[in-house]
This record gives sequence, C-alpha cells and structure tokens, in this order.
Amino acid sequence: MSEPTRMFSPRRIGAMVLRYVYLLRGSWPRILEMFYWPAMQIILWGFISQFFMLHSSWVAQASGVLLAAVLLWDVMFRGQLGVSLAFFEEMYSRNLGHLFVSPLRPYELVLALLAISFIRTTIGVGGAALLAIPLYHYSIFEMGLPLLAFFTNLLVMGWSIGLLVAGLVLRYGLGAESLAWVAIFALAPVSGIYYPISVLPGWLQGIAWLLPSAHVFEGMRAVLFDHVFRFDLLTNAIVLNLVYIVGGAAVFLRSFHAARVRGLLLRVGE
Amino acid sequence: MKHPAIQVRNLTKRYGDVVAVDSVSFEVAAGTISALLGGNGAGKTTTIAMLLGLLLPTSGEIRVLGEDMLHHRYRVLGRMNLSSPYVDLPYRLTVWENLSVYANLYGLRHVRKRLQQLSQELDLEAFLHRPYGTLSAGQKTRVALAKALLNEPEVLLLDEPTASLDPDTADRIRSYLLDYQKSSGATVLLASHNMPEVERLCSDVIMMRTGAIVDRGSPRALIARYGRATLEEVFLAIARNNGQEEPRRRVAP
Repeated sequence: MSEPTRMFSPRRIGAMVLRYVYLLRGSWPRILEMFYWPAMQIILWGFISQFFMLHSSWVAQASGVLLAAVLLWDVMFRGQLGVSLAFFEEMYSRNLGHLFVSPLRPYELVLALLAISFIRTTIGVGGAALLAIPLYHYSIFEMGLPLLAFFTNLLVMGWSIGLLVAGLVLRYGLGAESLAWVAIFALAPVSGIYYPISVLPGWLQGIAWLLPSAHVFEGMRAVLFDHVFRFDLLTNAIVLNLVYIVGGAAVFLRSFHAARVRGLLLRVGE
Repeated sequence: MKHPAIQVRNLTKRYGDVVAVDSVSFEVAAGTISALLGGNGAGKTTTIAMLLGLLLPTSGEIRVLGEDMLHHRYRVLGRMNLSSPYVDLPYRLTVWENLSVYANLYGLRHVRKRLQQLSQELDLEAFLHRPYGTLSAGQKTRVALAKALLNEPEVLLLDEPTASLDPDTADRIRSYLLDYQKSSGATVLLASHNMPEVERLCSDVIMMRTGAIVDRGSPRALIARYGRATLEEVFLAIARNNGQEEPRRRVAP
C-alpha cells in the first residue's frame, strides 16, 4: 500500500508537527511567549507563597502547594492553547483547503495538534518549573511519579477542551476564537486548583467532581499534605478523561464534517 | 472520447434555498486539458471543491480515476492536486518549508530532489528561503503551482491559475502547464475567466451559468456554433443570455 493511501501515516503526522515547529522556529515572539507566561505565573505565585507561608497555617503545612497548583494548572491551560491555537493558525493562513485535498486525514491532524501541544507545554511549563528551583528552592519534580500522573491527566483534559474549542471555531468561524480563553477559565473556579473542593457550595461540588481536574488537584493536595497517593482519585480522573477526550475528538470530527457540508474549508474566517 | 478521468453525474449543491450547482453531469477525458467557464457565481469553484471532497454535494455522483469520491476519496487524493486563489499557504513559513511539509504529506520519496527540480522549473530559487507571506502575487502563484505539482498529479484541478499575474508570468505558467500535461499525460481541469488562456490551453470547454451547464465543446466548435469571432464573445453571449443556442441546455457527456 502506498504512503498516500494508508489509513494512518506517522509521516503525515510528522509533516504537520514539522509545520508547527517551523512556525515556532521562525518567530521569536512565539518562542518567548512559550516561556514568558508560565515564568510570570511562577514568579508571582512564588511571592504569594512566601507571604502565605508566614501568614497561613494551611499553606505552611505544605510550602509548595500553591506553586505546584499553579504549575499544574498551567499544564492544562497550555495543553488546551497548544491544540486550539495551532489549529487557528491553519484558519488564519487559509490553509485548510490545501491540507484536506492532500492525503492527510482529519484524525491525523488531531494527533499532530496533540503532539505539538505536548511539546509546547513541556517546554513552557518545564521551564517555569526549573525556574522555581533557584528562585524559591522549590522543585515540583520531588513529587516523583504522582507528578507524571497529574501532568498526563491535566494535559489530556486540556487537549479535550482544545479540540472542543477548535471544533466550535471551525463551525462558527474565527469570530468565536475567544472561546480558547473563555472555556478553560470557566472551569478554574470548580477545579479546586488553590483550595479543596469542599470549599464550594454543595451543588457546585457535584459539578466539580465531573471534572478530571478536580480529582487531580485533590490528589495533588493529598500527596503534599498527607503524603498519600490517592488511587481512587487517579482512577476517577482517568475514566472522566477518557470520556472527555472522546467527546472532544467527536465534536472536532463532527465539526469537520459540517465544514465539508457548508463549504467552510474554502471560506474560513470570521 | 478517451477513457474519462473525471465523471460527474447529476451533481447538485444547495445551501438552503440557494442552488449553487444544479444537477450537472460531465466527463473529462484522461490526458486532456478542459475548462470550466462561467461568470462569477456560475458554480465553477463549487464544482471543483466537490470534485476534491472539500465540499460535500447535496446529491449526485463523482468518480475520479475510477474511484467514488464520496466514499473513497483517500484512494485517489494522493494522485490529485489543486491550486486555487481561495486557499493559501502559511505566510510565516518559507517557501522551502511549505513545500517540504506538503512533500511529506504526499509521501514523496525524494523530497529534496523534487523541491530542487520544481524550484528550477518554476523559477523559485531566488525566494526559496523567504517567508511565503513576503512574496508578490506572481511569486505566490508560482509557489502554489509548485505545491500543486509536488506529487506529479494525474488529475490537476486549477482554479484561476493565472489570476493576478502579469502577462509575461502568466504566459510562462501556461507554457509550463502545457509542457507538464504533455510530458506527464495528466488530466487538467481548470476554471478561468481568461478566454485567451482557455483557447490556448484547452481542448474542451464546459460553459456554466447560474450553477448549470449551458453548453460544451472545443473552443473552435463553440466559436463556430455561436457565430462569434472569439471565445470571449461566446462567453459574453452566454453570460448575457443572448446566445444563438438555447440557454441552460444541459449537455449529456
């Protein structure tokens, strides 16, 4: 079977990843931006942590809880932006028509978006995590294997939202691109990033437990405060994430089909 | 007629109450250059988009190189390509980067060699490492054509291939397309508003108006049938609905 007729081609996925790497490489503001926001977050929350260490007995029990929370939240945020902004690039450049007369399958584009999101998130948030070591003598890497579980789950949740946003913007045009920022921040208050879910009103706790992120941040606090790894929370997060990623991919692929019906691959824009 | 490379049957595209393409049927013989001619809104671009699967028809059948494009388009997409002013390439990538990405998407075996060959043939070398967005309209058109020829397509669809080009560049592109078609035996279907271009390149012309095929024939046959001096006059006669032929006549392939 020749390369173009294969149902799945790592080379085509690689070609799309290469396209995003070329884009990054050719633009120093984009490279700087990858590090800038996570670095600013960690600098700000580092000082806040230092202040609370002296004034809050709760934070004093686990000095790194706020820094760990901000870094892990950024994993989800950057993971989502990595998917949706990379897709927007195709819309900005009116490139979708060329891409989809080539043998590239829509699900291969999805995998390429996930791959570039992983690369961008790892570089951006990883840089901020390294910065915290000399600045605040805090290393999130001391968390060990649980960190990998938290990172993976938050990244997958970010991908799910990224695919959902990309699908909606494909369907409703670039006028809806602000969803990339709106969607994830709507989830922040109920994710329990900086406080336990028990702080929320009862009815809101029910919603919060439907989010993989709530299970991850509770799990993070269990590790940092109680030195216990909660497998029940991890299992919940994984199961929910499976639903989320399948849902996000389904919305994207459904929107792609709708775009073919409505002729949007040739007429992308606002 | 030679074995058809493109077969279209009762192809229709509706957007709500608007009929963009109205039950068109035609065939394009393999190894020929044919044209879709018509004014703005005639349905040329919509038809081309449906041939490639970028747009799903409301009804009808499309076969390209013997494959059903509505169900098995991926079997032939690697043997086809497109150049159109309605789609673009990423502006911030250089010409070389853009072509490399597409060469890999099409699964080319010798990427560097093919890119060098096309660069020489289409005279891209001077701006090969410049961002695509910084190029002039003529340079962009040549790059788009290079992208369309990367995989040496058996079926090449061109939407206004020389739009916005100066006469010298446009003439060179036409010569190149003729040479490419002769040497490769490819089937080329182009949509154009440029009548002298169509007269020079095409052996067969499909005239469209308001989504329907109203006439078809070789440029010479159409000129003779309408009693006009040039294809442009035929075009105007049809566009203004004062041709000698019955308007909106559907032509069986």
